[in-house]
This record gives sequence, C-alpha cells and structure tokens, in this order.
Amino acid sequence: MSILVDKNTRLLVQGITGNEGLFHTQQMLAYCTKVVAGTSPGKGGEWVLDGKVPVFDSVRAAVEATGANTSVIFVPARFAPDAMYESADAGIPLIVCITEGIPVQDMMRVREYLDQKQVRLVGPNCPGLLTPGEAKVGIIPGNISIPGDVGVVSRSGTLTYEVLYALMQQKMGVTTCVGIGGDPINGTNFIDCLDMFENDPHTEKVVLIGEIGGTDEEKAAMFIAKNMTKPVVSFIAGQTAPPGKRMGHAGAIIEGGAGTAADKIKALEASGVRVAKHPEEIPFLIK
Amino acid sequence: MKLHEYQSKQLFARYGIPIPKGRVATTATEARQIAEELGGRVVIKSQVLVGGRGKVGGIRLAKSPKETEEVATQILAMEIKGLPVRKVLVDEAANIEQEIYLGITNDRAARRPVMMASAAGGVEIEEVARTTPEKIIKVHIDPLLGLRDFQARDIALGIDLPRDHWKLFGSIASGLWKAYSNNDATLAEINPLVITKEKQLVALDGKMLVDDCALFRHADLAEMRDVDEEVAAETEARKYGLSYIKLEGQIGCMVNGAGLAMTTMDIVKLFGGEPANFLDIGGGAGADKVAAALRIILSDPNVKAILFNIFGGITRCDEVAKGILSAFAEVKPKLPMVVRLVGTNAGLGRQLLADANMITADTLVDAAQKAVAATK
Repeated sequence: MSILVDKNTRLLVQGITGNEGLFHTQQMLAYCTKVVAGTSPGKGGEWVLDGKVPVFDSVRAAVEATGANTSVIFVPARFAPDAMYESADAGIPLIVCITEGIPVQDMMRVREYLDQKQVRLVGPNCPGLLTPGEAKVGIIPGNISIPGDVGVVSRSGTLTYEVLYALMQQKMGVTTCVGIGGDPINGTNFIDCLDMFENDPHTEKVVLIGEIGGTDEEKAAMFIAKNMTKPVVSFIAGQTAPPGKRMGHAGAIIEGGAGTAADKIKALEASGVRVAKHPEEIPFLIK
Repeated sequence: MKLHEYQSKQLFARYGIPIPKGRVATTATEARQIAEELGGRVVIKSQVLVGGRGKVGGIRLAKSPKETEEVATQILAMEIKGLPVRKVLVDEAANIEQEIYLGITNDRAARRPVMMASAAGGVEIEEVARTTPEKIIKVHIDPLLGLRDFQARDIALGIDLPRDHWKLFGSIASGLWKAYSNNDATLAEINPLVITKEKQLVALDGKMLVDDCALFRHADLAEMRDVDEEVAAETEARKYGLSYIKLEGQIGCMVNGAGLAMTTMDIVKLFGGEPANFLDIGGGAGADKVAAALRIILSDPNVKAILFNIFGGITRCDEVAKGILSAFAEVKPKLPMVVRLVGTNAGLGRQLLADANMITADTLVDAAQKAVAATK
C-alpha cells in the first residue's frame, strides 16, 4: 500500500522527447512504472524508446487514447506553467512537476487555477514520488529504497535520497516517498502528506524532511500534535544558513526573522516529534 | 534581484505613479548641475542596495547647488554596511504633510500577492508590524483577477485617507500593481508615499525586488543588475549555473542539491567545524562545473579544506570521480580534499580518488569528521 502513486498509476510524461524527459522515462519504465504516453507538441504519432511509449501532440489526445491518470512534467521552466494548465484542463487529477525555476507569480496563478479544478499538484522543483516496488514518478533513484512501512515527505531532492539510503542501510523500507519541492509556492504540502500517511494502513511511521524558509514545518507540527497517531521523525536543513540569503532553493530563505531552522525544530519537538541531528541518525530514532 | 531606488522609481513612473523630479549622479559636480537645473532645495540620496541609509547619514538635504556639491562629495566617499556609495540620486525636496506606506509582496502562506498600507509611513514596515500591527491594512489579491478598484478604495478607507485623495491614490495603487505584476516583482514598495503641503501624492522612495527566475522575460530588468553591489564570487558562480553563498568558516563545501548542501554545512558545524560557504553544483557534476566551483571556493582565503559531498543515485560515481580528477588537474588545489560519493559504482569512484591522494569517506558523518580533522 502507498499514497498517491502505485501499480495502477497510468503515467503520462510531458516533455518526453527532451533529454531529461527521455532519460527519466527510461528509468521509470525500468522500474516497471506504467508509462502509457508522452507529449511533445509537433511530434504526435511518433514512438520513443524502441516503440515502448507513444507520443501525442496534446495531453487531451493522450488521455483519450491511453486513459492516463497522472502526469509528470519535464519541460523547461518557461513552458511548465502551460504544461500544468494543459494537464488540468484535460482532466488529469494528479500532476507532478519536476521543473525548477518557475517564476513565483506564474505559480500563484497555476495553483489558483488547479485548486479551482480540484487537481492535485506535487512540486514544482521536486524529485517526484517513489512507491518502492510499485511505481516511480519523477527522478528519485529506484535503487536506494526498498518497500516497507515508513512514509517519507520532503522539501528537498538529494537530501531525500540521503535519507532513503540511510533507511535502506538499516534495512528499513518505505511505503511512499513524496518530494513536495523547494519552491515558495507549491502544490501538495506537508500536512496533505501527513494526513494521507495517517490514513494509509501500511504506513506505520513517518519521516518529515524540512528546511529553512516559510512556516510549513510549524504548521505541520500543529497538525501532528492534533491529528497524528503515528510517530513522526524529522530533520530540518539549514541550521547554519545566514538570514536574508536564498539557499539554492527558491523557498529556502529566512525572511524578517521568520523561517529559521531553530523555530521549526522547537515547534516540532513541542509536538512530540523526534528531530535528528543529521540524516544518518534518522533510522535510529524511528526504531 | 534588487533594484536601486532610482531604478524602482523610474519604473513606477512608467505606470503613472508621480515621483519627484531628479536624476542620478556619479560625481559631485554632476550633482551640483542637477541641483542647478532643479532649483530650490534638493535631497541627496546614496544609491546602495541596503536598508537604513538615512540613519547613517546617506540621505541629506541641501539648500543650494553649492551645498549639494559638498554633501554629494561626502556621501560619495561613504561606505554603507560595507558597500561603497557609487551613485547619488538628486531629487527635488518635497514639503511633506503626511507619510504613508504602500507596498505589494508575495504572501507565501496565503499563496497570493498582498497589498499592504499604513498611515505610519516613513519607517520600516517590519518595525510597524512589530510594534503596531493594527496600523497595517492588508488586502490579498486574486492572482487571476489582479487588484480591483474596490480593493484600492478599501485600503484608502482603512488608512483614513481623506476622500479628496482617493482618486489619485487609486491610480497609484493600480500603477503599483501593474509595476509588480508586469515585472515579476516579489516586492514593490513606496515608502514613503507622501501627501505634500500642495495636496499632491508623490512616491518619495521606491524599492523593488525582481524574481530571478523570471528575468528570461525581462531583458530590460536583467540589464539593471548592479554587479558592483554583489560579492564577486557570487556573480561568478551565477555565470556557471552554480548557487554559491560565502560564509565565514574554513571548510569549503561542494555539494549536489540545495537541501543536501545545507545539511553538509550543518553537519560540519555539528562536528566542530565552520562551513566556508554554501555551494550547490546542481545536477550533472561535469568537469567544467566542478572546476568553476573549485576556483570559486579557493578564491576565499579562509578555506583550509574542501568537503565534496555528491549523492549520485543513478549517476555513475566513476564518471563523477573522473570529472573531479580532471577539474583538479586543471585547478591544482593544494588543500586537503575530503570526498564522499554515493551511487552506482561508488567503490570504483572512491578508489580512483584515493589513488590521487584524496581523503575518501563513506558516510556523511565520516566525511564531516575527516574534513574537520583536516583543518586542525
């Protein structure tokens, strides 16, 4: 069992003929994810990867022909908002946007539109999702995690891999790992994932990876105190980050004294969450 | 990206917002000429990209062209919060009756732009928010609709603006919204917006922050970037698509991914070291990028050791190791290097690096401890 993606996921790849799109489609197929279609305007009718995946000009055409129910986006930042609007318009209920560097005002409009259509978005600027043994939607390496009972949610990319790897080293597996992305305006947030993990019968414990910037970790802490029966372990990156500087991720910035790692750790600990000093400590705190 | 006051105000003027007459000068003689053209009292304002200029004497009045020249000479010799003053704005002075704050920024939690106003203008809005938050009126703007006229009226009402100013205030609010949305700003602020004794509304000061991610569609704004105001290494890093922030410690960090880069800094500190920088080399640690990153880290004389943390995942670590080796051959760093690689063929990659006399590490903890030990 899992959340959001599993063996019933019928995946559409937007931007399938680009370098990134093609490479990761190959990886997702190798993980036995059901990649049913791709889009690339102007290349409809072609097939990629030795005839394994058909390419369509539009999302609408791809959905009609293949029944795709999830989309993953690999198109460049300037075209990504349009790709999200297109998928939402074609009735895709779950969009995963890997693209980094989408202007924040675009994201505010996209999020508003997707909310109106009741479409779930994961990302942008995220590594996607991995349900070990079932489906890989995005770029999380498949070889660093095994099936198990830990739910993982994170704002980061390679830091998430680090945590999955540390869990695997201790023979601990994962139900689903969700990378919610490092942008200030994103789709699915911590609380959405915590709620889903709480209601997923196979998830027994949850790991939450946060970082400086915004107040989502503090809100998650309040949610945990009120609504979670399953234990949560956390790690917060950026304890040494200086204020006022954007630490790589668009959303990772301490503004006006808000968004510090110390505040987040304090809020989480007050809600009974065990906060690891470093990622490799996480497996030992869950046991 | 931050815009200077004069750049922000020129932009505001394009959207119909009244600004004082004035121009930028780089020399005191030029400042004097501007004062002569304007006639009457002028205000001389240092143009540096930091706040609190007024408090340190970076904004001053002058009554004559001669005094303007004297004041400009002094201000142009100043350094404000470490930044040398290279330009001054010479504006005609206003007869101020009241100062108002008006700004738009992104409200991250609400996922919408928010227009804020306060009758207590002229001081930093953060200060007002701390001491008298009830004096700030906030109106969230639907990103698909934009600012509506009634919202501007609500704000005018909220700050008790006299009715005879509503019409002009409405057009200024609408102009500020356009300046913000048409230029992908993350902040557009007029502080103060003044009511003059002549009953005019004028934007005396302006501040704009522009979303770096959106510069691809604003070539005109991208050209306004003042690289003189940035740490040189940070400008250099941007050229190579690297994200670099200089810190004060001794251990240079080179990491793939922003979250992991912050974590690497944190763990260095946890084991008794101090990180010298944040550096995210992004995906694909090719030789060119690694070489550029190395040069940038080595440009900081405080650095005593370099910690290289690459979580490759599906990337082949022997390829990454070869990239690192060719970058090292080019840059020839003489400092101790601690390298941690995880991913496909990690053992092979580590062997290649160990053969080249680099210290290799298995875990994050191991890497941090070895890097800290190397600086002792």
